[in-house]
Amino acid sequence: MRIEGKGLVERRTPIGFTFDGARYQGFEGDTLASALLANGVRMVGRSFKYHRPRGVMTAGSEEPNALVTVGFGAAQEPNLRATTVELREGLWARSQNRWPSLGFDLLAVNDLAAPFLGAGFYYKTFMWPRRFWERVYEPLIRRAAGLGALSGAPDEDRYERAFAHCDLLVIGAGPTGIMAALSAAKAGADVILADEDTLPGGRLLAETIEIDGVPGAIWAKEMAAELAAMPNVRVMTRTAITGAYDQGTYGALETRPHAVARRPGAACGTFWRIVARRSVLAAGALERPIAFANNDRPGVMMAGAVRAYVNRWGVTPGQSVVVFGNNDSAHRTAADLDEAGVHVAALVDSRHYATCDLDVPFYSGTQVCDTQGRRALESVTLCSAKGEERLRADCLAVSGGWNPSVHLACHMNARPVWNADLLAFLPPRDALPGMVAAGAAAGDFSTHACLRGGAQAGQEAARALGFKVGAPAVPMAEDAPYDIFPLWQVPGRGRAWLDFQNDVTVKDVEQAAAENFRSVEHMKRYTTQGMAPDQGKNSNVAALAVLADATGRGIPETGTTTFRPPYVPVPIAAMGAGGSGRGFAPERLATSHAETRQRGAPMIEAGLWHRPSYFPQSGETNWRQSCDREVNMVRRAVGVCDVTTLGKIDVQGPDAGAFLDFVYTNMMSTLAVGRVRYGLMLREDGHVMDDGTCARLGARHYVLTTTTAAAGQVMRHLEFVHQALRPDLDVRLASVTESWAQFAVAGPKSRELVNGLLDKPIEDASFPYMACGTASIGGIGARLFRISFSGEHAYEIAVPARYGAALFSELVARAEAMEGGAYGMEALNVLRIEKGFITHAEIHGRTTAFDIGMQRMISPKKDCIGKAAAARPGLLDEDREQLVALKPVGAVKEILAGAHLFNAGDPATSADDQGYVTSACYSPTLGHVIGLGFLKAGRARIGEKVRMLDHLRGSDTLCEVLDPVQFDKDGGRLRG
Amino acid sequence: MRFSGWRVLKEGLTGNKGWQAHWRDATPKSEYDVVIIGGGGHGLATAYYLAKKHGITNVAVLEKGYLGGGNVGRNTTIVRANYFLPGNSEFYSHSLKLWEGLEEDLNYNVMHSQRGQIVLFHSDGQRDAMARRGNAMINQGDDAELLDRRALRRMVPYLDYDNARFPIHGGVLQRRAGTARHDAVAWGYARGASERGVDLIQNCEVTGIDIEGGVVKGVQTTRGAIRARKVAMVAAGRSSQVAAMAGMRLPIESHVLQAFVTEGLKPVIDHVISFGMGHFYISQSDKGGLVFGGDLDMYASYAARGSLPLVEHVMEAGMALMPMIGKARVLRSWGGIMDMSPDGSPVIDRTHVDGLYLNCGWCYGGFKAVPASGDVTAHLIATGTPHAAGARFRLDRFRTGRGLMDEEGTGSQHNLH
Amino acid sequence: MRLPCPICGERDRREFTYSGAAVALERPGAEAGSEAWDDYLHNRDNPAGVTRDLWYHEQGCAAWIVMTRNTATHEVLGAALASEARRAGSTS
Repeated sequence: MRIEGKGLVERRTPIGFTFDGARYQGFEGDTLASALLANGVRMVGRSFKYHRPRGVMTAGSEEPNALVTVGFGAAQEPNLRATTVELREGLWARSQNRWPSLGFDLLAVNDLAAPFLGAGFYYKTFMWPRRFWERVYEPLIRRAAGLGALSGAPDEDRYERAFAHCDLLVIGAGPTGIMAALSAAKAGADVILADEDTLPGGRLLAETIEIDGVPGAIWAKEMAAELAAMPNVRVMTRTAITGAYDQGTYGALETRPHAVARRPGAACGTFWRIVARRSVLAAGALERPIAFANNDRPGVMMAGAVRAYVNRWGVTPGQSVVVFGNNDSAHRTAADLDEAGVHVAALVDSRHYATCDLDVPFYSGTQVCDTQGRRALESVTLCSAKGEERLRADCLAVSGGWNPSVHLACHMNARPVWNADLLAFLPPRDALPGMVAAGAAAGDFSTHACLRGGAQAGQEAARALGFKVGAPAVPMAEDAPYDIFPLWQVPGRGRAWLDFQNDVTVKDVEQAAAENFRSVEHMKRYTTQGMAPDQGKNSNVAALAVLADATGRGIPETGTTTFRPPYVPVPIAAMGAGGSGRGFAPERLATSHAETRQRGAPMIEAGLWHRPSYFPQSGETNWRQSCDREVNMVRRAVGVCDVTTLGKIDVQGPDAGAFLDFVYTNMMSTLAVGRVRYGLMLREDGHVMDDGTCARLGARHYVLTTTTAAAGQVMRHLEFVHQALRPDLDVRLASVTESWAQFAVAGPKSRELVNGLLDKPIEDASFPYMACGTASIGGIGARLFRISFSGEHAYEIAVPARYGAALFSELVARAEAMEGGAYGMEALNVLRIEKGFITHAEIHGRTTAFDIGMQRMISPKKDCIGKAAAARPGLLDEDREQLVALKPVGAVKEILAGAHLFNAGDPATSADDQGYVTSACYSPTLGHVIGLGFLKAGRARIGEKVRMLDHLRGSDTLCEVLDPVQFDKDGGRLRG
Repeated sequence: MRFSGWRVLKEGLTGNKGWQAHWRDATPKSEYDVVIIGGGGHGLATAYYLAKKHGITNVAVLEKGYLGGGNVGRNTTIVRANYFLPGNSEFYSHSLKLWEGLEEDLNYNVMHSQRGQIVLFHSDGQRDAMARRGNAMINQGDDAELLDRRALRRMVPYLDYDNARFPIHGGVLQRRAGTARHDAVAWGYARGASERGVDLIQNCEVTGIDIEGGVVKGVQTTRGAIRARKVAMVAAGRSSQVAAMAGMRLPIESHVLQAFVTEGLKPVIDHVISFGMGHFYISQSDKGGLVFGGDLDMYASYAARGSLPLVEHVMEAGMALMPMIGKARVLRSWGGIMDMSPDGSPVIDRTHVDGLYLNCGWCYGGFKAVPASGDVTAHLIATGTPHAAGARFRLDRFRTGRGLMDEEGTGSQHNLH
Repeated sequence: MRLPCPICGERDRREFTYSGAAVALERPGAEAGSEAWDDYLHNRDNPAGVTRDLWYHEQGCAAWIVMTRNTATHEVLGAALASEARRAGSTS
């Protein structure tokens, strides 16, 4: 029901919305919860386990009951708190965790079965018969559990991520936060003032408190406007600080109002990383319930929330309200209700010494011990020394005291400190480097204390940062002392709820203690107390008070569970903004990419690079045809392949040779200028890191190639070796992978093709196999290497990247005129397998130089990275798996990479495993299938037959073990 | 007390007043046959199997905090046997078999759910590496199936098959893999060990290991000295500190691994899905939360909490793989301390001190290992000889280079596994 | 997490690549023997407290840096270029 003349909602702007199919009207400024209460909707959800009817309980993000699903299709959002959903025209919300309807929910039968569904019951049953777990019990449990549902459609809402930096981050824009921000900003500090609410003001929006004679909400509005006008202040509303991380980094979730988010190109929110030199925790406090029988009925609410609905939204949650508490918050609620003209059926104060000057029925030393009403509260039972009494009421406002919001202060492992006067945990001092807690978050509950605490905290922060600060001017406001008397649970029959969301009752905690789950962590995990969406914000303190009682310990001894980020749940889409689709990783494209795509080549991923698989020609219907043609083309004429993706590292300096001797297994210092050498690099643990070529372009100038996959790793490694191990060597390294576009030109006609382009043609004698040097193409400076990964007479030409696209087009066009053309990764792979050249399929991180038959490449004349570890006996065992080639000789002419090898006749068990296949292809050159693989003691077994078995793909054949090099073993074609 | 549906029914009808402590809190005696340092999953399972299989019940488990407070209570609950290198292969195979009978064995529902795990691949090269792995799993006697893209899409239609940065080519499915309720594993073993006479001692930190003449004699603790004929160090997360008390310097570097859970949701993900390109894995708990994780934060840490860059990377990977989870809200994140070893595989071995045993180096694969680790460690302690399923987890393999189990192929840098 | 680079100043952790304990600077000689090499490659003090470890400013100036950090609190106590630490011959 609306109350005339109350609240901050805009009554000139009515808004229509739908809940569970029914149309309602609210106003601008309403939340879904306030609008539902205004329309008299009491029941809004069902509890997790017992499917008990539940109503709105709070007015903030801590809401445990009123979880709803908003929207439909891909926009469907489950588990939103009705208390934070801003009302908008056409909002379409529905209740969840009920079937078939909120009013009639079949699983409400669980409530009747409650005696059998107590804490941890599932650990004790559902064990027989064994197969039933996956087939019967678990599917039933899964279906019954869960809250709202995802739509199953890809999320289409776009979030952004951003960094922000400031001197001071103020968390919470209530009276404390506003004063902290003002005092620091006036001193000159860069300030961010963040609050999860739509408006600044915090509790001031919910109260009738005046500051300097001005209503609190208006004061907050004016101060926020003053702050927003300062150039060194950023006021961020709708921004929840979600986590505190190392070195003053904070996560923050900013959500945009729906109207803004819907604009073209707009994001619906931003996940911020705020880097702050100091912070003030002004997050306020949360009111906590009291456990008594049936304290979960729709209509039972927090006393402070009732005030918020009356004062901020002009809504009364009931027409006849009982207010119950153990502190003055209850009195304030009764006063505000009375002042607003709402009938207060009783003010019930558990403190026997309490007095009341309101004109409402007052019961001191009395407790609420039970409630009645199934779908909505109907009456309340009071009990005192005088006996029991039942009062009709449709709303029960409860205050069990206030819990300072210590969460963020405890995100870096600090434990909060119990304060016996306040009956609350407070943030420990210096819990988090640079953070100071102030106001209600620090246990200062009066408005004036908040204003003063905030001003001081802001000044303290500014002073610590070196700003000059003046004397604080603290406005006048109420400064009532906080008085509270312990009351966690009201004894009595019936179930008394602690964790409303997970349906954890006092009995559950007591049973857990009886079953020896006495540690607070055990109790939590056994009962699921505090593990629901509110993460125990409403219930943890009371639960551990109950546990403390049950185990005969004090509250501080019992301790708390760990506070973990995020403070409020954060959509995966927000923190993972930009990750979906192609945004997950950068894409690296070679200069030939456009031409390659134009030629219809399917692309494959090689690390972050895209490379062509093959270049289909008309008439070819599958990749094998294209691949075979490209292989034959290279072997018979000439092929062109973009090899830019291979890492290129420039090494220069007087000690370049000595440096390379240290990182390669073989000698590079002895390499003549103008020559290239194949090089092998080990990791320091003696296994192969990478292989590639090392070209000496000058006395003090080398350029290395790495494999595409290992380019980053090798660069990092070389920098490490230089800086951390050999800073004595005068050498400089630079990654030039992207600077040069590089193309392999391979095949018998490669020199003819190259010479057609070079300004100064080359000859075999002056530019033999493994020669390198500078060249010129149309006046453009180029580098030429006579190296080969195909086994053919071949070159690699490198030009500055800006000429790459043009050179590729020209090379391919000329090759085509010579019965050649471009070739892709499939053909490249076949060409190298025929030659027994290795890739990371073979040097997969577990192989040694010994395994691949290159032990002799570890020079005995010098130390090098990995040499000592490679000499470990286990790395030189003769029965290690060694590189061989394989050829099928059985009925099935197939070899599959990933298949395992066995001795013919042996069982196919792990114990008998002899090795595995790493690479396989059909070789058009050899006319049969060929594979590379590792076989135990393989080098000594050339000519033997082994069984290749692939269970997964049902392939089983006999193979002959061959020398890894199956084509042109003497290398005549390379040199020809 | 035996747990059963009948028992739940009976207690329910009589006010649930008959439930008893799941385990007995013991005060330390002055002497035990075996002292186990560490009351996590591995330590509790070791005690259980010592008592059950070897009849050694004069055993104490010393835990500095609360039972199951380490990684067994802080993981993504995945149980699988999909390793391919000798050592790991037989060990995890053995572990999975123990999992399959664990509820009956412990009379405790640990909710072991064989819902199947799918490991995705994104290129021909990855498919071949996966095939090698899958074939090795079958050679070991476990199950594996290679799913092509079409079969995968039928099974898990919600992955991003059309716009993914790394196109999904298929996956390897292990149907016997799945999840379990992690805390219950610790409690079940604790209850089983306690019932058999093992003393479980919480809030008891070991401050020294007594060694005389190369023979272990007992331990010093915050609750006094305890003599023991044999001592097992099973303290993942603090392995280096505990071993240092025996003069050992371990091949371990401690790292933080984060994991995440969302608010409860109706059933939407029915398997465990692993996305290697994104270092991302996810399943849905029976309660409805999506439980997922990623790679290490990648710096040595004992803080048991993570940092934002990794959080964001994990979320990005989730969005890349299955953009339908965008509106699921992350409820809680946590961090565990991982014993990272130089080959990514663990150590269960004797030490240079007679009677002193070492169990460490589980990296981030320790949860599924709990049953076999307990069994193998108990066997080693009881018989003095290694169990066949764990004989390769030797400490000296790093020095000799013999029998390294580097499944990732990343080499001896601890954090890269 | 923010880390200090001796060349670039304080930067976000995202710019750095971590690479283990700073003992990596103390590479044994080729003939130091298997125990020394085992220690160098594998065994670690792994303190729950102040440690020195190596970070590469990979998305910055490419400096290898020895950070002095507390592994229990994540507090950063100092940073030095690995090349200077190596030249000084001390990593302890």
